[in-house]
Formats: sequence, structure tokens, C-alpha cells
Amino acid sequence: MSRVFWLAVPVLVLAGLVAYVLIGRPFEAFTAAAPPVEELAVEQVRLERGAIALTVRADGSIPVEIAQVQVDGAYREFTIGPSGAIGRLARATVTIPYPWIDGETHHILLLTSTGVGFEHTIDVAMTPPPLTGSSLWTLALVGLLLGVAPVATGLLAYPAMRTMGPGAIRFLLALTIGLLAYLLIDTLREGLEAGAETLGRLRGETLVFVAAALTALVLLAVGRRGGRPPEGLALATFVALGIGLHNLGEGLVVGAAFATGAAALATFLVVGFILHNVTEGIGIAAPLLRARPPLIAFAALAALAGLPAVLGVWAGSQAVSPFLVALCFGVGAGAIVQVIIEITGFTLRADGAATLARPAYAGGIVAGLAVMYTTALLV
Amino acid sequence: MWLSKRQVLVALAGLGIPVSGARAQIMPAGGIHDAGGVHDRHGGNRVVGTVDHAANGFDPVAVATDFDFGEVSAGPGGRRVREWTITAVDKEVEIAPGVYFPAWTYNGRIPGPTLRCVEGDRLRLNFVNSGSHAHTLHFHGIHSARMDGVPGAGQVDPGGEFTYEFDALPFGCHLYHCHSVPLKRHIHKGLYGAFIVDPDPDRHETQSEAALARLAGTPENARWQEFVMVMNAFDTNFDDENEFYCVNTIPFAYNERPLRVERARPIRIYLVNVTEFDPVNSLHLHANFFDYYDHGTTLAPTLRTVDTVMLCQAQRGIIEISFADHEPGLYMFHAHQSEFAELGWMSHFEVV
Repeated sequence: MSRVFWLAVPVLVLAGLVAYVLIGRPFEAFTAAAPPVEELAVEQVRLERGAIALTVRADGSIPVEIAQVQVDGAYREFTIGPSGAIGRLARATVTIPYPWIDGETHHILLLTSTGVGFEHTIDVAMTPPPLTGSSLWTLALVGLLLGVAPVATGLLAYPAMRTMGPGAIRFLLALTIGLLAYLLIDTLREGLEAGAETLGRLRGETLVFVAAALTALVLLAVGRRGGRPPEGLALATFVALGIGLHNLGEGLVVGAAFATGAAALATFLVVGFILHNVTEGIGIAAPLLRARPPLIAFAALAALAGLPAVLGVWAGSQAVSPFLVALCFGVGAGAIVQVIIEITGFTLRADGAATLARPAYAGGIVAGLAVMYTTALLV
Repeated sequence: MWLSKRQVLVALAGLGIPVSGARAQIMPAGGIHDAGGVHDRHGGNRVVGTVDHAANGFDPVAVATDFDFGEVSAGPGGRRVREWTITAVDKEVEIAPGVYFPAWTYNGRIPGPTLRCVEGDRLRLNFVNSGSHAHTLHFHGIHSARMDGVPGAGQVDPGGEFTYEFDALPFGCHLYHCHSVPLKRHIHKGLYGAFIVDPDPDRHETQSEAALARLAGTPENARWQEFVMVMNAFDTNFDDENEFYCVNTIPFAYNERPLRVERARPIRIYLVNVTEFDPVNSLHLHANFFDYYDHGTTLAPTLRTVDTVMLCQAQRGIIEISFADHEPGLYMFHAHQSEFAELGWMSHFEVV
């Protein structure tokens, strides 16, 4: 009885406080003369022949009414659906018939009823590739080239790696930590960049960290569900999963580049891209050096690490909201944190804590970071 | 992510992968995608919706031909006296469909009333300030320092009154505006209007025909189709750049509802530029040329046979146009700063 009572009391007090602020309006004196606060974020842009469609999300002290629309400094006809003012955190699509020009930049200004303008720039106008037939295959090929091919190539070094001594294996594991650390930093940076594009209230940047923490915890729990930390093939699978989730986010950005970027010509850059990702394959192979997995396992690992890039490219080539992109990168970062923990733990158990302090180990981490950074310069 | 979006694309293009369906096609020169179907008068360049002119209390079409001659009485020695009462009021004005601007106005309208008088009249302006800030009436004309309507000479605090008194000189097309500081803010929030002084034919014996044609109320003037056009603009987000450009406040007003004119009768435009923030504004007429009287202070044109005039802020003049030999139709006129035109300063005459 008394427990129910003492649970009810805080709930009632809370309800009373909310009611006082909402109904009693104690701050009216401060806010009566203040102009309304309006916020508008452009989440998606779709270009179709002769039309620009923007998906926007609103926030603020009043519903946001888009009164007029400028494209390139000229007022334009437009329609908005659903019609009328956009409520707090609600979405609407603004469709503007406009003879936009292939490969050029267009500036859009959404003017609200209070005369506040929200700008959005389409850096390079292009129609997104349709997700059918040959274009679907072309996009898949891009994903395979960026994701699966380099990882599989890296795994080809496995037989050679097996012949190495224990010192070299430790070095390779340290190298893997270094490359994962690089991917972690890069994934977080990408996630924060996307998170910053969302409405303030959605807290896209915070979302990246929350998603990363949750993912890491869930994967750690799943990996140790048998009571033992993952080793060998299981650990390699988690490394592949982490890299795969990273590549998914990667694919989203690459795909978005198709929808929004213009192309110049330079084949050698792709070569650099592949060199860069080959290291990922070595990282996946490193935990397997004391096991003897079947050949099919290598194919599966390459698919797990690389195929998400294909999905990412497909999804990203269509307009994706920055909120989802931030979420994807957050999940990817969490998966990388988990494998960093597990690989470090693996080394601790196998070789003892003293290993971590050896110059060769630290050198491996530094080499991993340096290789990733240097090959990134190629692309 | 170790690549920028552009770099990735650059890289992929190197493989010869077609980057989009559209690019695989052969685009026409310039690669312009046309919306198709929107090929009417505005070509898609317009504001969406309509302004509630009744709620605003003024209609730009009516403003164009609305001349306020004041209250006329006989002063000492039989001299004609004209008197107006002008009240400054804060007012939210729908300056474009769905866009509400916290304006300051004279008599609740933007531009303020078009004050029209005759050269040599004694003018008396009872100014009442019902606004929330100090304001003035500053006339572009000839008057004493005491009547200048600037801080220190005729500035009226909220709730106060002041009567400006001076002679209507010189004849021409002039303006009045608030000269309180901060000046930019007081002007662009809407405190301005046209001030027209018709020439007195008796004072211009050698050019009395031209003077009579200007003097409202004469048969010579009655055949003219006269319009007041105050070129103004609005900075709705107060970043010292204008979001809307217009004539008589409402963007595209005479595009949606062209000004109807009879081609047999000549057209006279009293053109005033009060545009804030931009150094110049202009008027360009399509398919025709006109004569221009800078400041309207001469009875012979200061520019003949031109189709574009450029005015700095507070510059003004009279434009005289004839469509007598034209076929009927819609004749465009607009600022020939394309930017201003596409942001609202776009109009048509419907010549019948």
C-alpha cells in the first residue's frame, strides 16, 4: 500500500507541475512580446525532371507555415503536402516545378509567414539513378568494388599470414586495433556530420553516441552469451560485422554522392580506394591465425564485411534523411568499439597484459593508424 | 568515411560507370529540364496565394490611382491652403501572400497617402504619432529648417503631434518619409509616400500647355491615365537584404492583375524609388519607349526616347508613355535588375 502511494505521489506532483506551466502560463509576461521561434530542416531533396521536391521537418513555438519559396533568388510556384502549417517535428514535402539545370548549383529559400527564411543549397543538381535493371546492377557493382573486393583481396593474404611467427601475429592483431581505431574515429566524424544536419531537437549528434554505446553493449552481450568471449572464427565474424556496418554507412554516403554529386574523371582514385580497404581484410584474417576455418568461412566473412556497402549504395542513391544516416554511423561505431574490446581481450588472454606495453604492439597500432591515414590520402 | 562525396564520384566516374539515368541521355544544349505546361504570363515565377487586401486596408491597384488632394480652404489674401492629417501607426501588413510584416505606416497603408497639390499652395500637415517610436514627416521640397522633419526639428514622440507648414515648391514628383534614426529601419518598415506638386500654368506662360496637362482637374489633364508607382522593398528577416521587391508594396501585384490602360490615351507614371539597402532601382518598359522628367521639376523631358531609367534611393521622376500606335495586348514593365524583377518587381499594362 505505502509503496503504491509513494509511487503515485511523484507522478501526481509531476502532473501538477506540467499543468501549472501549461495552463497557468507563468512566463506569459516574458514571452508575450517575443516573436515566435521557428526552425526548419531540409531532410531530403529529390530532383525529378522539371521539379524539385524537398522533405522538410519543422520545430519551434508555433507551427511553421511556408508562405513563399525562392529558387535561385526568384519566387516560384510550389505546392506543399500535407497542406497548411507544419506542426512541431512534423514533416511536409514542398514540390517546386523548376527547370533546374543538370550539374549546376541551385539555391532554395523557404520563407515562412513571419518572414524568416531557411536556405538550402543543392550543390550539384542531378536526377537520382532509378533503382531498376541496369542501374541497380551498376550501383551494386560500385558497392562490390568498394566493399567486397578489397576485403576479399585482403583475406587472400591469410595463407601467408599463417606461416608467420607469434611475434608477427601479435603485430598483426595490434595493426588491426589501429585500423579499427581509425575507422572508429572516421565513423564517428561522419555520423556527427550527418547528425548536425538534423533538427536541433532530434539531437542527431547525441544519437550517434547513444546508438554506438547501445550497439557495443548489445554486441558484447551477444558475443559472450556462452559465458566466454569470442575467439577465432567468432571474433573474426564480429570484426567483419563491425567493418560491414561501417561499410553500410560508407555506402550510404557514396550512394548519396550519386544523387547529389557531379562526376569528373580519374580512375587512379579508385585504385587508392581499394588499397585502403584491403587492410580491412587483413584485420578480419588476424583473429583466425590460430584457428583453421573452412574456405567457405572466408567467403562468408568477405560477404558480411563487404555486402552492406551494396545495400548502403542502393539506399544512399535515393534520398535518405540525415537522422537515419547518423543512426547508421552510430551503430557502425558501436560495432567497431565492440571488436576493439574483444581483440584487445583476446591478446590479453593469449599473451598477457605485458604484451600491450611492448614497443612492437604499440608499433602495430601506430602502423594500423598510419596505413589507414596514408592510404586515405590516395583517394 | 575517408572520401568526400565529390571525390567518391570522381573516382567512380573513372570506371566509366554511368552515374545516373539522366546523364546517359543526350541532353539538349544547356541540359535544361523544363517543367512543361507552365508557360503562361509568369512562367512559374510568382508568389503563391493571394493577399487579403481588405485586411491590409489598402489595395495596390487602388493605390496606383489614389491621389489625396487634402482639405482645401482659402487662407489670408485668398491664398489656397491644403491640409492633411497623417497618423503614424504600427501595423502588421501582409506584404506578400501569407507573409506578415511588422510595419510602421502612415495612415495604415504602404506607401502612405499620395499627397497632391499645386505649386505655390500653402500646405499644412497635422502629424499625429500613434506609433511606438518617435517619427517625423520629412518632405523633399523647399521649406525652412524648422519644418524639415528630422531629429531636433519636428520629430514627434509617441502620442505627440506636430503641424508642418510650408509652401508647395518646387513643382514636380517628390516624396516624403520618416527621418528619425535609425534611418534605414524607419524607412524600410514602411514610412514613406509620394508627394506630387502640379505646376501652376500661370507661372509657366511659355509652357502653359505642358503645365495644364500636368495639373489635376483640367480637361487637358483628364485625358492622361496617371499612376503613382512607389518602388519599395521589404527585408522580412531584418538581415539588411530585401526578400521582396515591388511597386506599391505587394510583389507581382500588377502581374496578377495588370493595370488596364486605353491605348488612345497617354500614360503618366509618377515614379518614386524608396528601396532601402540596394543602391539603385529601375523601370524598364517592354516594346515601347518613353520620355522621362527627372524629379518632374521641368516641363520638357530630361531624357527622351528611352525604355529604361535608373533611380537611386529618393530619386524620382515622371514617365510619359504612348501606346497609341500599338496593338492591344499585355505589355510588361519591371525593374531591369533581374533579381528585383524575379523577387516581385514585375508588372504588366493591359493595353486595350
